[in-house]
Amino acid sequence: MNHDIKAGSYLDAPHGIASWLLTKDHKRIALLYLISITVFFIIGGIFAAGIRTELMTPEGDLFTADMYNKVFTLHGVVMIFFFLIPSIPATLGNFLVPIMCGAKDLAFPRINLLSWYLYVAGASLTIGAVALGGVDTGWTFYTPYSSMASNTNVTLAALGVFIAGFSSILTGFNFIVTIHRMRAPGLTWFRMPLFLWAHYATSLVMILGTPVVAITILLVGAERALGFAIFDPRVGGDPVLFQHLFWFYSHPAVYIMILPAMGVISELVAAVSRKQIFGYSFVAYSSLAIAIIGFLVWGHHMFVSSQSIYAGLVFSIITMIVAVPSAVKTFNWTATMYKGSITWDSPTYWVLGFMGLFLIGGLTGLFLGTMGLDVHLHDTYFVVAHFHYIMVGGGVMGFLGGVHFWWPKMTGRIYPETAGKIAAVLVFVGFNLTFFPQFVVGYLGMPRRYHAYPEEFQILNVLSTGGAAVLGAGYLLILAYLVASFFKPRNAPANPWGATGLEWDIPSPPTTFNFEHDPVVTEDAYDYVGRARKAREN
Amino acid sequence: MSHISSKRLFYTIFVSLIILTGLTVFVARQDFGAMNTPVALAIAGLKATLVILYFMGVRYNTPLTKVVAASGFVWLIILFGMTMGDYLTRSWLGFPGR
Repeated sequence: MNHDIKAGSYLDAPHGIASWLLTKDHKRIALLYLISITVFFIIGGIFAAGIRTELMTPEGDLFTADMYNKVFTLHGVVMIFFFLIPSIPATLGNFLVPIMCGAKDLAFPRINLLSWYLYVAGASLTIGAVALGGVDTGWTFYTPYSSMASNTNVTLAALGVFIAGFSSILTGFNFIVTIHRMRAPGLTWFRMPLFLWAHYATSLVMILGTPVVAITILLVGAERALGFAIFDPRVGGDPVLFQHLFWFYSHPAVYIMILPAMGVISELVAAVSRKQIFGYSFVAYSSLAIAIIGFLVWGHHMFVSSQSIYAGLVFSIITMIVAVPSAVKTFNWTATMYKGSITWDSPTYWVLGFMGLFLIGGLTGLFLGTMGLDVHLHDTYFVVAHFHYIMVGGGVMGFLGGVHFWWPKMTGRIYPETAGKIAAVLVFVGFNLTFFPQFVVGYLGMPRRYHAYPEEFQILNVLSTGGAAVLGAGYLLILAYLVASFFKPRNAPANPWGATGLEWDIPSPPTTFNFEHDPVVTEDAYDYVGRARKAREN
Repeated sequence: MSHISSKRLFYTIFVSLIILTGLTVFVARQDFGAMNTPVALAIAGLKATLVILYFMGVRYNTPLTKVVAASGFVWLIILFGMTMGDYLTRSWLGFPGR
């Protein structure tokens, strides 16, 4: 494990487990998060494997209906609250936001460590709920399932999500203060890498939305434990009020998952195309537009609840509007690649995979945002396919693209490029094979959250399960070669991709305080053309 | 930003909050008809204002901090406004539940 140790690297000093568990170094905390979310990704993946195995046959022959309810609930809870939401901000964001700002650390290093402990505490409570028999409400904790109808460990799981929410708030708070106050001289707002803009917008959502879901979940706990009557219609409460409060956060939470991935892709697109991002300011503002307009669309999850159709009409129109800034990004990435000097390294594969899958996810979101069509598609596998295209096709592809791009910087190690490309192709093919049939089977009328289904849907479900196996193989391959890279020498150069950005001007892995001298920024982000010109002149 | 409030001020605010809590309990036992909720919310709003201005120090802080504090309420208005947009228009179609 200890070949060619570079003196002063943050990985080496100080030594010992305590130095990691009590660290205030943003890079070490990023690695703590990376290990934690990987564990939860594997746990969530095991539940997903259970779901897909059950659905290979029309009969409910692997799980009972009750057990199946618990399996898909825990898959959702673990993947969303303990993997997707912290995935990019808490790992790549924690590692890169201070470095991209030219700072030694985040503004509040102790609060950063506290956020990891809160995450671990929240996740432990939820895993405790699994050990005590599971939860069966669906990841959305809808009332009255969660308040009156369920006898499972809802309170414990909800408490875990409540506590993990504070971890998210603290991360967002740290990023906002760091980006406002700790940028290096010369790093003006419009010289910032788009990764920082995306994390700034994400942090706004984390701070403004998370308290609402935390209190909402607390109210469910209070209703179960103390008999409060917020959502109970027998005493004047309203179960639909829960959906309003829940989706006020949980729709923007989708943007917590996708905005950082968009930030990653902006960095990668410029690096693999060797070009300035096309329409930089539009891409930057579109992050803020998504964060703000994303707060105004939550009612599109409630078209078939008892929500008024007039409110539904307004939510439907605004949903069409929120698609615009996402489209701005996608068009601008494509325009950036146009006539670029594209390099075919493994990050390029993840970029192209992200753009294709996010495009399908985004466009099918417009189907669901259309009120009339949503009545037909609501709670079918079409919805399941749509949000997996966004969260996995977008979020996870972006996360893995970022991990592949910055892995040499984070660890000082190089992974095998060919394996990286094979994994990207496996994930892309496996993902489409898993989820595209679900669009079809959902449109044909197969509802989500049932363990049995009519026989005519079997072929599409078998295809989906086969795709899940390919997808799983892709993920395992990535895990294998990244872990194996730890047993290789630390020989990554400072800038293996020839990319621009402050993080590429420092050693791989960085020293504890990132920069030997405080950096001064003198050029715009992604000035690949200017750098090439200077190189030619010299 | 560097303003340090006197202990006397903090104690005054604390006592005011206790008195207002007592008032909350008192008015909860009275019947003001349609004004029950507005009265309770007015007292709660006054208590929140005291906490924000003095305990959180917003009154003595920079304009940027004041704008940030105020923007939280904009989000609250969005949450309440659009939720009420549902509740208040459900009866427009003239049949139950819509």
